[in-house]
Amino acid sequence: MLIKKPSDIPSSDITPEAIYRARRDFMRGAFSVGVLGAAGMVVPGVLAEPGYVAAEAENKGPDWLKRQIASATADSHKVSDKLTPYEHVTQYNNFYEFGYNKDDPAENSKDFQPHPWSLEIAGEAGKTGRFTLEDILKGMTLEERVYRLRCVEAWSMVIPWVGFPLASLLKRFEPTGNAKYVAFTTLKDPKQMPAQKSAFSSIDWPYVEGLRMDEAMHPLTILAVGLYGKVLPNQNGAPLRLVVPWKYGFKSIKSIVKIEFTEKEPPTTWNISAPQEYGFYANVNPKVDHPRWSQATERRLPSGLFSPNIIDTQLFNGYADEVAHLYKGMDLKKYY
Amino acid sequence: MQQIPTSWRRLIIFLCALIPFAWLVFNTITQQLGADPAKTIVLFTGEWTIYFLFITLSVTPLRRLLAWSWLMSHRRMLGLFALFYGLLHLLSYLIFILGLDFSRLVSETLKRPYITVGFPALLILVALGITSTQKMMRRLGKNWVKLHRLVYLALILAWIHVLWQVRSSYFEAAVYGAIVAVLLGIRLFWAVKKNKRRVAQ
Repeated sequence: MLIKKPSDIPSSDITPEAIYRARRDFMRGAFSVGVLGAAGMVVPGVLAEPGYVAAEAENKGPDWLKRQIASATADSHKVSDKLTPYEHVTQYNNFYEFGYNKDDPAENSKDFQPHPWSLEIAGEAGKTGRFTLEDILKGMTLEERVYRLRCVEAWSMVIPWVGFPLASLLKRFEPTGNAKYVAFTTLKDPKQMPAQKSAFSSIDWPYVEGLRMDEAMHPLTILAVGLYGKVLPNQNGAPLRLVVPWKYGFKSIKSIVKIEFTEKEPPTTWNISAPQEYGFYANVNPKVDHPRWSQATERRLPSGLFSPNIIDTQLFNGYADEVAHLYKGMDLKKYY
Repeated sequence: MQQIPTSWRRLIIFLCALIPFAWLVFNTITQQLGADPAKTIVLFTGEWTIYFLFITLSVTPLRRLLAWSWLMSHRRMLGLFALFYGLLHLLSYLIFILGLDFSRLVSETLKRPYITVGFPALLILVALGITSTQKMMRRLGKNWVKLHRLVYLALILAWIHVLWQVRSSYFEAAVYGAIVAVLLGIRLFWAVKKNKRRVAQ
């Protein structure tokens, strides 16, 4: 287990980028020629990483998306922590629309149809309207980002996402000077999302989330369409989800149908449900406890029973160097 | 069941009560508890503690309503299984979640309301377990019954322990609440009836 401290220099900084990239390209090339050459695929960086077990799951989704994901470039935003195996990333999920047990989403999202998909862009922007997923991804270079994901429930994973910076999408719609926040909405479709029918749920569907404009435009913030070099599985938020690695996982809204530029701070689902437990910012912070458990440590999954993988939680999930400046002068205990 | 000798029944019930534990051991060994086995075990043992409380507290109503008098001789063992799973629940939380950090057990118990109510529920079960022997029954006499009525409090606390952890769906807590209401309501009903009869006499 490699615990990376925020002060550590990423290996990509030590090795000149050109050499680093060349080595990766070489390994990737060698790997695809050797193993997947017959399939004629280009394989994102993570497949060349030791310890990666090729996912068996079927790769659902349209061919154009598969091709685009397959051509993703390895990005330098990559933590060196050991990856959480694919089966855990895809079998251990919180996606309450499909049930509230960890294994419910994988089970109950089998019939969910994320393709074709469209995304509505609204609010304080020059260009608004409805766009197909294909439109959204047109001309977008996909990157692979290996990020830590810290759940507010004190467990964490390390996941190789495939996606693109949210900023590069938002800029396209020419946000106006009034656009101070970005609001996101998940699909509401009780026919496809069975738990939305439950009479016992305290959540008001659809799930909504939001970011401040500077958070949304931050280069670490991405929209993901894949993981482990494959199309994003339904239970992980297909076809398009947000990933904000320095915030608790619930900020990273799944299956997005709408993005709206707003002037006021948008409502967020867990904050509405239990404001004393979930703030708007939801920055990972070991010093601010959740009322029901400490946030000082986390169980990095997979966590063995007799060798529990309990590690110290880092401020901003270890991304403090990159994002701390966004919150300069803010009391993070108040704005939790 | 009535035809089966008591000692055989005892063995059958004992083995049945161990099935959840066996399931847990099997799935632990074969690594089928998912990505976060610690949480799976803590949840599983907690659930079975409550199930055994439900089962134990169903004995008296079943005896009265269905005349299952044979069940009465197994009530103590069923109660002890509630204690067994409750202790596993605490131990797995202490070992797998807190990493055997006793100071954190204290601070978490004081800080988190759902643990604050869960802990005394388990302490009650421990006290009832210790005083469950024939010897203690004789020694405590009438007080034994009074002491063992604390199981009702343990049940209510255990239910609040579940309710306070609800984050989104109240379904499970609602079902548990209904069972608790039935188990306690029927006793309250009998107590009121008995009281009325006494007053009438």
